[in-house]
Amino acid sequence: MTNSTANLAEKIEERFSNELIHCITDCDQVTVVLAADHLLSVCKGLHDDEQFAFTQLSDLCGVDYSTYGQVDWSTNESTSTGFGRGRQNNDQESSHNTNERFAVVYHLLSIKHNIRLRLRCYMSDEYPRIASVSGIWSSADWFEREAFDLFGILFEGHPDLRRLLTDYGFIGHPFRKDFPLEGNVEVRYDPDKKRVVYEPVTITNRVLVPRVIRDDNRFATSTEEKNDA
Amino acid sequence: MPEIRNMTMNFGPQHPAAHGVLRLVLEMDGEVIERADPHIGLLHRGTEKLAESKPFNQSIGYMDRLDYVSMMCNEHAYVLAIEKLLGVTPPLRAQYIRVMFDEITRVLNHLMWLGTHGLDIGAMTMFLYCFREREDLMDCYEAVSGTRMHATYYRPGGVYRDLPSMMPKYEASKWHKQEEVDRLNENRQGSLLDYIASFTDRFPRCIDEYETLLTDNRIWKQRTVGIGVVSPERALQLGFTGPMLRGSGIEWDLRKKQPYEVYAKMDFDIPVGTNGDCYDRYLVRVEEMRQSNRIIKQCVDWLRKNSGPVMIDDHKVVPPRREEMKEGMESLIHHFKLFTEGYCVPEGEYYSAIEHPKGEFGIYLISDGANKPYRLKVRAPGFAHLSSMNEMVKGHMLSDVVAVIGTQDIVFGEIDR
Repeated sequence: MTNSTANLAEKIEERFSNELIHCITDCDQVTVVLAADHLLSVCKGLHDDEQFAFTQLSDLCGVDYSTYGQVDWSTNESTSTGFGRGRQNNDQESSHNTNERFAVVYHLLSIKHNIRLRLRCYMSDEYPRIASVSGIWSSADWFEREAFDLFGILFEGHPDLRRLLTDYGFIGHPFRKDFPLEGNVEVRYDPDKKRVVYEPVTITNRVLVPRVIRDDNRFATSTEEKNDA
Repeated sequence: MPEIRNMTMNFGPQHPAAHGVLRLVLEMDGEVIERADPHIGLLHRGTEKLAESKPFNQSIGYMDRLDYVSMMCNEHAYVLAIEKLLGVTPPLRAQYIRVMFDEITRVLNHLMWLGTHGLDIGAMTMFLYCFREREDLMDCYEAVSGTRMHATYYRPGGVYRDLPSMMPKYEASKWHKQEEVDRLNENRQGSLLDYIASFTDRFPRCIDEYETLLTDNRIWKQRTVGIGVVSPERALQLGFTGPMLRGSGIEWDLRKKQPYEVYAKMDFDIPVGTNGDCYDRYLVRVEEMRQSNRIIKQCVDWLRKNSGPVMIDDHKVVPPRREEMKEGMESLIHHFKLFTEGYCVPEGEYYSAIEHPKGEFGIYLISDGANKPYRLKVRAPGFAHLSSMNEMVKGHMLSDVVAVIGTQDIVFGEIDR
C-alpha cells in the first residue's frame, strides 16, 4: 500500500468522523460508505477543502445489489435455467453486508494531490432517491441521468432528469437485476401500419455458458436445507 | 411585422459529420446556437448488462466494440481491473507489448480523428493521408491477433501470443503485378518488430506532411482558433480528461501521473495547450502522435533485446497451450474448466483507469466472488466530453458545431455502450 492512500483514509476519517459509516482500503483504493443524508455536505467538503481538492468527478454509477452473492445453483439436471455462477464460498465476511438494494458509487479524482476516492451511498426504498451532486461537479449531470435511466434512482435537485440512453417512451429500468437480459419488447417495421411497432419479445434468453453440474459443497448445503425444510 | 421565433433544428442522427449516431436538437437564433441538446443512446447495446451474464474472458471482445477506433486500449482497462482483483501481474515482456500496442492504438485513433475532423471542416486530403498510415498499423493488429480491428489480444495474465517472427506478405494476382507486390512487400521481409520499426522511422515525416497541410493553413485556423474555448476550471468541472483537458492547459496524463505497466520507464513528454480552443487541441493531439512514436521506438528496442514469456503460467486463469492440452490430462481439465466455467475472481471492487487516446477510460468492476462480474461500469471519456456540448457550442454558429464534434473526438460505441 502506498502512503498516499493510507494518508487519505486517515485524513478522511478525521475530517468526516461524524458522517462516515465506514472507510475501507482495498487494492490500494479507498472506499468511503456514507449515509445518503450526509452526501451533499461531505461532497462539498471534499471538493472545497484544500487538503482533499477533489475537483473532478470521474464517474458516477448506480449498482443494484439485490442478487449479490447469490449462487443460482438450483438443479442437478441439465436445464435451461439452472447453472452456477461458480461463486466460491469464502469464509471471510462479505464487504457488502447491508440489506439495502441500491447504491450510488462516486469516483472522485484530485488532480492536485493525485489521489482517487470512491464514495458509496446505499438506498433501500422501492423508489430510491438521493441528492444530486450536479451543483458541485457539472459532469454529474449526464452520469445522474444515466443512473436514473438504467436504475430508476431519483436525483433530487437535478436540473433536467430525463432518460438518456434508452428509447423514447421506454418502460422499465434495464440494468436492475430483475430486468430480463433479452428485454421485454422488440421492434420491427410493420408494412401495413407503415411504422415501427413494439411487440413482446419472441426470442428466449440464450445461455452462453455450458451448464456444469458438479457435486460440491454448495450443492450439498442446498440439499441439507431442503431436508431441514 | 411578423413575429420572429427561434428555430429548432434537428442535426443527425444520420449525418456524416455527426460521427456516428448523434442526434442534436439545436435551438437557433438565426445561425447562432442558443441551446444544444444531444440525444444519445441510439447505439446503446447494454454492454455492461451483457457482461454480467458471461464469464470474465468472454467480455473482452465486447470491450473492443466500445470505442471501435481504439480497441486495444479498451481491453487494457478491463484486463487490468481483472488482474488487480485476481492479484496477478503479467510478465515484463507482455507489459512492453501492451504499452507498444497501446501507443499504436493511440496513433490509430488520432489518425482517424485527424482525418475525419479535417474532412468535416474542409480538408479532404487529410482523410486520404491519414488512412494511408492507418492501413499499416491495422496490418500490425492483424499480424498479432488475426483481426484488423476487434483484436481480443490482451488477456488477464498477459497477451494472447508472442509477436510473430514474420509479417504476412501480399501475393501477386491478376489485379496486382509482381513488381507492384514486391514494392508493397518491401518492408515486410522481416519480423513484426522490423515492420513497426520501419513505420516509426517513416511516421514523423508523415506527421510533418499533415502539419504542412493544416498547422499554418489560413482556412484551418479560421475554423478552429477561438472555437469551443474551455477554461481550465470548467474543463475540470465538466469531467474532461485526456487531450481535451490538456488542450485547456492542465498537465495531466495518467501515463505519467499514475503509471501503469511500464510507462514509468518510458521517456516521453506531455504536450499542453494554452487557449483551450479547437486549434490547441489539434496541436496537442498531433504532438501526442510524435510522442507515441517515441514510445513505440523504445518498446521495439526493448522487445528486440529481451525475450521471455508473454503470459503467466497459472492455468487457473490462463488456458494451457494446445499441445499440452492434447497430451496431458491435467491440462485438458484446466482447459475444460476455463472454457466452461471460467475462473472465479475474488470478492472485491476495483476502478482501473488508463490513459485512453480520448481521455481517462475507466472500468469499475464489482465482483462477488463469481465467475462473472457482478457489475461492470465503463467510464467512457467521450461521455463526459459530449455532455459539455451545450456549453461548448452556445453562441457559436451552426458550422462550428461540426468543428466542436470533431474536436471532442466523439465515438458512439463508447458513449452509448
